[in-house]
Amino acid sequence: MSHRPRHIFAVLTALAALVLIGLGGLVTSKEAGLAVPDWPTSFGYNMFFLPISKWVGGIFYEHTHRLVASGVGLMTTILALWLYGRNSRLLMRWAGLSLFTVGAVAGFIAPKHWSDALVLAAAGLAAFGASFVWPMCEPAPKWLRRLGLAAFFAVILQGVLGGVRVVWLKDQIGIFHAALAQIFFVLLCAIALFTSRRWARLNASQDENRNRATELPPGLGVRSRSIGSALDGWARKLKRQRTGALQDAVALSDSALDSARLLVVGTTLLIFVQLLLGATMRHQHAGLAIPDFPLAYGKLWPAIDVDSVAHYNSQRIETTAVNPITATQIALQMAHRAMAVLISIAVAVCVWTTRRRLGSSHPAGRLALVWLSLLVLQVVLGAATIWSNKAADIATAHVVIGALSLVLGTYVSIFSWARCRLAGEFSTVRKNAGESPGRAGHPALPSPRPVPAS
Amino acid sequence: MTITRTATIISVLCASMGLRSASAADITGTVTYKGTPPAEKEIDKSAGEGCTTHGAKGTTHHYFVGANGEFGNVTIYLEGQAGKNLSTGASAPPVVLDQKDCEYTPVILAVQTGQKLKVKNSDPTTHNVHVQPAEGSGNKGANPIQPANSPDLSLSFDKPEMFVKVACDVHNWMFAWVSVFDHPYFAVSAKDGTFKISNVPAGKYTIVAEHRKAGKATQQIEVKDGGPNKVEFVMPAEAAKSKT
Ligand code: HEM
Ligand SMILES: [Cu+2]
Repeated sequence: MSHRPRHIFAVLTALAALVLIGLGGLVTSKEAGLAVPDWPTSFGYNMFFLPISKWVGGIFYEHTHRLVASGVGLMTTILALWLYGRNSRLLMRWAGLSLFTVGAVAGFIAPKHWSDALVLAAAGLAAFGASFVWPMCEPAPKWLRRLGLAAFFAVILQGVLGGVRVVWLKDQIGIFHAALAQIFFVLLCAIALFTSRRWARLNASQDENRNRATELPPGLGVRSRSIGSALDGWARKLKRQRTGALQDAVALSDSALDSARLLVVGTTLLIFVQLLLGATMRHQHAGLAIPDFPLAYGKLWPAIDVDSVAHYNSQRIETTAVNPITATQIALQMAHRAMAVLISIAVAVCVWTTRRRLGSSHPAGRLALVWLSLLVLQVVLGAATIWSNKAADIATAHVVIGALSLVLGTYVSIFSWARCRLAGEFSTVRKNAGESPGRAGHPALPSPRPVPAS
Repeated sequence: MTITRTATIISVLCASMGLRSASAADITGTVTYKGTPPAEKEIDKSAGEGCTTHGAKGTTHHYFVGANGEFGNVTIYLEGQAGKNLSTGASAPPVVLDQKDCEYTPVILAVQTGQKLKVKNSDPTTHNVHVQPAEGSGNKGANPIQPANSPDLSLSFDKPEMFVKVACDVHNWMFAWVSVFDHPYFAVSAKDGTFKISNVPAGKYTIVAEHRKAGKATQQIEVKDGGPNKVEFVMPAEAAKSKT
C-alpha cells in the first residue's frame, strides 16, 4: 500500500486537480465559460488540434481549462489502474486494442475526422503497449481500489457536466460542476494520503497496538477498517470506535472524544455547504451582490426591499455582461458571510478540542492548526475579493483555498476517527508525561518501522 | 362571421402595408435625465487581439446622458399591446447590431417578434454572439461563432421580452441588450433624448419609458389624428417623483 511511485503519482494527480480548480475558477471569474461554444469539439476542431492562434481572449482560459482537464482525466485513469495493480493489465490490453481498432476503422470510414481517429488510435496503442510492462505492483486493498474507481467516475462525470453546460447553455450546471470538482479533489487527496508510507506506518503501529490488546492475528485488515470508518456512516463508526476504545482500555472520556470528532466532521460538512453557497453566488453571473465589507451597503444588514434593490442596480456600473442583482443574491452573500463567521468559530473550537482530546502531537491536532491558518487566509481572501471588486486572480485564489480548507477538514476528520485506537496510547502518554505529550515521549509514531514494499 | 373575418384580414393587411394613415398619428417626445448618473467605468481591451485598432481603452455605456440631461438609449413603448398579434416584424426591415473595435453598437436595441436582427462583425477577430433570454421567456438562447470576414448572422425572437442579453465571451466587456415587442409601437431614444413612435392608431394609451438602470416612467396619452402627440419623460423615476 505504500508503493512509493504510486503514492507520488497520486500526489501529483491531486496537485494537478488543484491547478485545474484554479483554472476553472479563472474561467468563471473571467466570464469566459462559453468562449468556446461547442463541445466535445472546439470550434469544430478536435480539441487537441485547435490552432494556438485561436487561443485569444476568453478562449484562452476556457481552452486551457479543457486541455488541463483532459490531462487530469488521463492521470486519474492511470491512478485508478495503478491501484488495481497488475490485475488491470488484461483490461488495458483489451480496452487498448478496442480503442485502436475503433480509431483505425474510423480513420478509414470517415477520413474527415482523422484527428479524432488519430487520438483514439494513439490512446489505444499506448494503453495496449503499456499493458505489457505496467503496472507491476500488487493491487491495493479493495476499499482503496474503490476510491480510485470513484475518482475515475467522478472525473468522467465532471468532464461531461462541463461539456453539457456549454452545449445546453445552462448556467446552473456550473454549480454542480464546481461542487463535483471539490468532491473529486477531496477523493484524490484521500487517495494520496492512504497510499502514503506515513499512513501505512501509522496503521502498522496501530495494528500492533491493537493486536497486543485484543490478541487478533496480525494484518487483519485493520487499515481498511479504519479508513472505512473514516468514510462510512457515522453510526457504524461510533459503534466500532467504542469497542475499539474499550479494547484499548483507555482512560479517556469516551463521549468527550466522540463529540470532538463529530465536531470536526460537522465543521468539514459546513465548509462543503459554504463552498456550495460560493459556487451558487459565482454562477449567478451577477458580479458582487454586495460591494462593501464588513458592512453591507453601509449597514450591518442591508435593506432588500424592491426599491432598495432597484436603487443598488441603478448605481452599479458593470464592466462585464453580468446580470442585475436580486434580493435573493444579496441574501445569499449575507448567508455566506454569516456562515464564514460560524465556520471560523467552529474550526477554532476544533483546534482546541482535538489538541485537548487527542494531544498536540496527534496528527489530527497538528493538522487542525494548518486548517485554522488556511481558514484565516480564506476569510482574508474573501474580504479582498470584495475590496478588489472581484479581481479575477483574488476570486480564483479564494476558490482554490476553499478547496484546500475542505481537504484539511477531511484530513483532520480522517485522522481523528481512524486513529481512535491510538488515542488510548496518546492518553496513556499524557497521563505519564503530564499535559502535553512530547513527540519523544510517544512510542509508536516517530519510530520509522521498515515498511515492506508491496 | 365571415364578413367580420374578411374585414379583419383586410385591416390587418392594410396595417401591415402601412395604410392606416387615415386614423393614425406619430408620437414624439424627449427623455431627460435629472441629476448626475454614476460615472461610467473604463474598460481595457488590450486582452483582445484585433480590438485595439482605435486604442485599447473604452468605457461602459450604461447611461447615455448629454450635457443638458438628454437621455439616450431609453426604450419607449406602448403598454397593453401585447397579445394583440399586431407584430409586423416579418416584413419590417432588419435591425443591425455591429461589432466594431470589440464593442457593440448600439448597446440598446428593440425589435419586433419575427423581425430580423442582423449581427455584423466589422472586426479582424472572432466573436461569439451569446444570446441569453430569461429562463421561461419562450425565447431560445444561442451562441453562434462569428469569425472575421464571415457573413452577417441573422437572429430573431419569438416572444416579447425586455432586455435580452447579448454578450461575447471572448471579450467579456462586450454586451448589448435587445428588447422584443409583439407590436410595432416602440422606439429607442436617440443621443439627443428624442424619440418617435410612428403610425399609432388614435386612442388612449399608457406609454412607458424604460431603462435598465434608471427604471420605468409611465404616462397616459391620448393620440389624436394630426395633433402634436408629444410626451416628455423625466428619469429616473425617483427624481421625477420628488419633483412633483
Ligand atoms: C477534470 C475535471 C474538471 C475539474 C476538476 C473542473 C473544475 C472546475 C472548477 C473548480 C470550476 C470553477 C467553478 C467555480 O467557479 O466555482 C470550473 C468551471 C468551468 N469548467 Fe471545469 N473542471 C473540469 C473539467 C471541465 C471540462 C472537461 C470542461 C469542458 C467543457 C469544463 C468546463 C468548465 C466551464 C465552462 C466552467 C465555467 C463555468 C461557468 O462559468 O459557468 N470543465 N471547472
Ligand atoms: Cu468579442
